[in-house]
Amino acid sequence: MTPPALALNRFGLGARPDDVPPADPQRWLLAQFDAYEPLPAAWKPLARTPALVSTWNTMQRSVRQAPEGQRSSIREAYLRQGSVEYQAGVGARTSSALQTSTPFVERLVHFWSNHFAVSVDKLLIVGLAGGFEADAIRPNVLGRFEDLLLAVVRHPTMMLYLDQAQSIGPRSMMGSRAREAQQRGRGLNENLAREIMELHTLGVRSGYAQEDVTEFARALTGWTLPGDGSGGDATFRFVPALHEPGPRTILGKVYSEDGEQQARAVIHDLVTAPATALHIARKLARHFVADDPPQALVLRLADTFTRTGGDLVSVYRELVASAEAWQPSTVKFKSPWDWSISSLRALGRRSMPPTQASNLMTQLGQPVWRPGSPAGYNDSAASWAAPDALMRRVEVAQRFAQQAGDAIDARSLAPRVLPGALTEATAAAIARAESAGTALALLLVSPEFLRR
Amino acid sequence: MSVDRRSFLGAATLLAAPKIVFAQAATERRFIFIIQRGAADGLNTVIPYAEPAYASLRGALAIDPAAALKLDGTFALHPALPKLRELYGAGEASFLHAVASPYRDRSHFDGQNVLETGGKAPYQLKDGWMNRLLGLLPRGGKEAIAFSPAVPLALQGAAEVTTYAPSTLPQANDDLLMRVEQLYAPDPQLRALWASALEARGMAGERMGGGSRQNAAAIGKIAAGFLARADGPRIAMIETSGWDTHSGQDARLAAQLRGLDGLIGALREGLGPVWGQTVVLVATEFGRTVAANGTGGTDHGTASAAMLVGGAVQGGRILADWPGLAQANLFEGRDLKPTLGLDILIASTCAEAFKLDPEKTALTLFPGAVRGNSPFRLLRT
Repeated sequence: MTPPALALNRFGLGARPDDVPPADPQRWLLAQFDAYEPLPAAWKPLARTPALVSTWNTMQRSVRQAPEGQRSSIREAYLRQGSVEYQAGVGARTSSALQTSTPFVERLVHFWSNHFAVSVDKLLIVGLAGGFEADAIRPNVLGRFEDLLLAVVRHPTMMLYLDQAQSIGPRSMMGSRAREAQQRGRGLNENLAREIMELHTLGVRSGYAQEDVTEFARALTGWTLPGDGSGGDATFRFVPALHEPGPRTILGKVYSEDGEQQARAVIHDLVTAPATALHIARKLARHFVADDPPQALVLRLADTFTRTGGDLVSVYRELVASAEAWQPSTVKFKSPWDWSISSLRALGRRSMPPTQASNLMTQLGQPVWRPGSPAGYNDSAASWAAPDALMRRVEVAQRFAQQAGDAIDARSLAPRVLPGALTEATAAAIARAESAGTALALLLVSPEFLRR
Repeated sequence: MSVDRRSFLGAATLLAAPKIVFAQAATERRFIFIIQRGAADGLNTVIPYAEPAYASLRGALAIDPAAALKLDGTFALHPALPKLRELYGAGEASFLHAVASPYRDRSHFDGQNVLETGGKAPYQLKDGWMNRLLGLLPRGGKEAIAFSPAVPLALQGAAEVTTYAPSTLPQANDDLLMRVEQLYAPDPQLRALWASALEARGMAGERMGGGSRQNAAAIGKIAAGFLARADGPRIAMIETSGWDTHSGQDARLAAQLRGLDGLIGALREGLGPVWGQTVVLVATEFGRTVAANGTGGTDHGTASAAMLVGGAVQGGRILADWPGLAQANLFEGRDLKPTLGLDILIASTCAEAFKLDPEKTALTLFPGAVRGNSPFRLLRT
């Protein structure tokens, strides 16, 4: 691929028919940092986190106050409403990706949203997933990694998803009371602590032990959702009565801070650990450059991360400036999300009905905000380049093409969306197709369109 | 079905290299691996109800022995597993307990990597033990299928594997399929994927109606449809997820186990006479803590339970070197202690199932495993 095609496809979300291939690809990418909109038009109509939290609290209160027999119907009503929020969120995410004029930064949103994955497999958070991306991820992708991480782990969706909201220090005031009252199901939960270390920062097998996880979980106790009726725009609350008292020892360091600051201090040290820089650098390089990224590139990105105190824009700049990122051969097999968005952009679509968008991603094997685990979706070809998955793309391409009818001529569209990258074989196949629809479908499933 | 698959396959074979797939398998045996992703709680699946520490450590999460399905004087099955209890009674299901892969840490992703690659440590091996098993079979090659949209790690490797997952999309027309085939011909990766996709769709077309919802029993039925055929695949993998019950375990685990029971029941029913030749292995990456946690669930542990089910299994037995749940007997003071290697059990099962040399099988599937055979005979002769 030529550098303009790489900028559009490897770094961006694919070209639209009206896109002019950037004359200076690097400058085009870097200029997007200034033009990025954290809350673009597509997201504006959606309920934001404070409102979602208030709905959550209302549901919890109604369940508590309702007689036993009516509780499940209150929960079901909440989940029905949540599914509506979820669909709306998927629609906003899709439209935003189709309309954006800063596709590189939009991709970074998708990258971080997957790095800090939540999954609506945990049905109770189904209505909160969109708010997480809008309020924890989107405003922070161009800031410092530590701020992004804090926004993520203090967001209600993550605290509910990884069970932090209900974690109680066994020796805290509430913990002692629960023990005296012999309440079951009230105690410490180490889920968030483990995933912060394993997935969000240091990475697995980077030298921490079970006891570090447990100690970190104790430090995090007290971090929870705002109380019912607290009003205002708060989305986080520290509750001293839930916090495990006393100093904690994590990775050999003693944290004697009091209260909320204790876990913040731990997080600060996790963020500045060399393992975190390497972990983030490797994931970024894997996402943009290659499944098995060049080690020199990873080290340079990690070095920039460390040197700048985790300033993400500096790391992105280093990536864009790296020769390894501009190799002409396309080795990344697009994920179902990347492929769908680039296909719809190529067809000039500006939006998609939310239900259709969410069904589409489910059919292609990558439902939005629903990976199988907190590790998020895998970012390598081994996960996506599979026989049945490929057949589904062909089926979707046919449907897209049928929807477009013969309004689009694939023969003229192909060189526009793959500038300098269209092979003769694909051009010939498109030219030979028996119908406009078949030609368009072939463009979307061509080898050069499946990879970036 | 909008497309006549038989006629399409005919056309496709003319275009592709005329290779007949899934034909004349050299063995009648069927081996199905059901992976439980997320660390399934063995202690509430195959319940040591007679063990005093079970009820005390599990507290409210302990399954009521009166509701559990008794297997013998020590163990009982979770109440959501009636089909498996029936198969146990018929001598067609054995339960293995206190088993674990060599992995001793508590990361799902690493644990599944070890379980699926067969390495001693995560990321030590690149391919999966099921793929290497294919290499040991007389004909090798395309006799394996995964019932998921992508190839799971256990089946990744040199031998070709196909995947199938029911799709609710309208099927692409024959013309487009053939043109895609031509388009992919010069591209080695896409050409191979496409050939596999066509073969799987062609086979499925005869049995499947339109796109049906994927639930466990439906997958079991689909899988049985492939495996029951004389010219069908012999080795299959089915993925299940949702076993990571950190909170709300009671209801979640019951639902998971109902699904598993339904999946096995659908396999039993759909395989018909071939059930007598079938071995189903159910296993997870590691177990869960013996004690309940503070949030109505259990956390990542070590040893768990596994299952061998099928007409070829010498069933009706609990196979375990039971370590007990007294505090002093727990692994790292919190988990069920592993006393049987899952790797050796898998290798022995495969060697018995396909009449392979046990030592060579173990060495190929689990190159780093401690040498040894399973202390039990697992299958009927």
